[in-house]
Amino acid sequence: MEDFFRELAADAPRWNFIWMYDDRQQGKVLSGLWMTIKLSALCLVFSVLIGLVGAWMQGARSAGVRAVVQGYIQFFRNTPPLVQLLFFYFALGQFTPVMTGDDGWTVEPVISNVGWAIISLSFFAGAFNVEIFRAGIEAVPESMVEASESLGFSRLQSYIYVVLPLAFRVCLPALNNNLINLVKTTTQAYAIAVPELLYHSVSIWNDYPSAQYPTMLMLFTAYIVLVAILVFGMTRWERAMKIPGYGV
Amino acid sequence: MTWTADQPIVSIQDVHKSFGDLEVLKGVSLQVMKGEVICIIGPSGSGKSTLIRCVNGLNDIQSGSITVLGQEVHDPKLDKLELRKKVGMVFQQYNLFPHKTALENVMMAPVLVLKQNKREVEGRARALMAKVRLHGKEGSYPGELSGGQQQRVAIARSLAMNPDVMLFDEVTAALDPETVKEVLVTIRELAEEGMTCILVTHEMGFAREVADHIYFTDRGVIVEHGPPATFFEEASDPRTREFLSQIL
Repeated sequence: MEDFFRELAADAPRWNFIWMYDDRQQGKVLSGLWMTIKLSALCLVFSVLIGLVGAWMQGARSAGVRAVVQGYIQFFRNTPPLVQLLFFYFALGQFTPVMTGDDGWTVEPVISNVGWAIISLSFFAGAFNVEIFRAGIEAVPESMVEASESLGFSRLQSYIYVVLPLAFRVCLPALNNNLINLVKTTTQAYAIAVPELLYHSVSIWNDYPSAQYPTMLMLFTAYIVLVAILVFGMTRWERAMKIPGYGV
Repeated sequence: MTWTADQPIVSIQDVHKSFGDLEVLKGVSLQVMKGEVICIIGPSGSGKSTLIRCVNGLNDIQSGSITVLGQEVHDPKLDKLELRKKVGMVFQQYNLFPHKTALENVMMAPVLVLKQNKREVEGRARALMAKVRLHGKEGSYPGELSGGQQQRVAIARSLAMNPDVMLFDEVTAALDPETVKEVLVTIRELAEEGMTCILVTHEMGFAREVADHIYFTDRGVIVEHGPPATFFEEASDPRTREFLSQIL
């Protein structure tokens, strides 16, 4: 296998699959892939949580709370995620405390670039998720809320046990779309030097221009597979949540 | 104020209620004693449903007073949850939670709201399912049940909270004549067991049979009321007579 790619690189200089036979480059690809998976998974979880809490706060009695949520949505939805990343890392990053490293003299920010990428991308995707969940919540008939209220449910209980489970089923397709986008948007963390898949890929083809085509091919394939796994999981989940005798 | 059994369990005094400019209730008063069954009849839009929705606080009122077990329902300081533990409500459209099985629908409120032991509640819920003649349907989802069956689950769901008063809001209006009967049989049994019931209904024959007292409402006021025998035979108000002549 390794020999095959070595020979291929020798025969066709533009098709140097270097990470198939060079351990160092292979390590970069794998650690990049792992970082991309971690980044995606964490942002996925946080953005969904932000969406759930945001949608709950949108229904708050206080006009102030609703205005804050609206402001948040408008800011994160209407500005480019790349600019948000840069802003979080370079602007907000300056104000966060630093801690001294293990060696006793280097200083490291409490929130690393990876941390900022997770925060920034979660808020970005979360803004969309709030709107997605709101759409689902609005599709739940008012009569369901009345039924739960007349049984003595509090507003939170009614939200968690009745409204959300029904809303979730309605908004899963839209949520799917947004989460797929989120996985792909993690590549933008490249801009603040988060060592994810794109970052390492670029570093590979900068060192070995002959590996540029194969690495790009690998990038496309990796994201197709990652998104396919996500879609597979979400579809399975959608099917598992199907209620007998109920439309969605 | 503590309530004693010689006082009305539900007391409605000169209640006014408007939706915007539209005055739906124009000074309605009625009293229900413990164990009494009263039926409210009248043409559509006369305020019947609004009136009983005010009794468990689903609608607010502009003026007047409604007390349940001596508690003022529209006291802003009142804990609505406390009220709703005492008042059960069954809706025209059943309003079962479609993502929960029949048994889960019955169990939810006692477990979540009253924090009762799940095992104990399950035993009671199964007994209630048998009581409404739905033994064997415990695991079915609402979408798999007929309208009449769903409505009986809804009744069992309300009963699971051990309410002092049951409100029925045109509970047979969405059913076909055959299934109407199975629901009415269930309600009649409840009435015979001494449950205090307030029914809004168009089932005159049923009202005549089970009600202790009948109220006829039109355009937001109670036009006439009396025990069924006198009400149906000797209605004095021309409006009542006209309504009854069209129905009976």
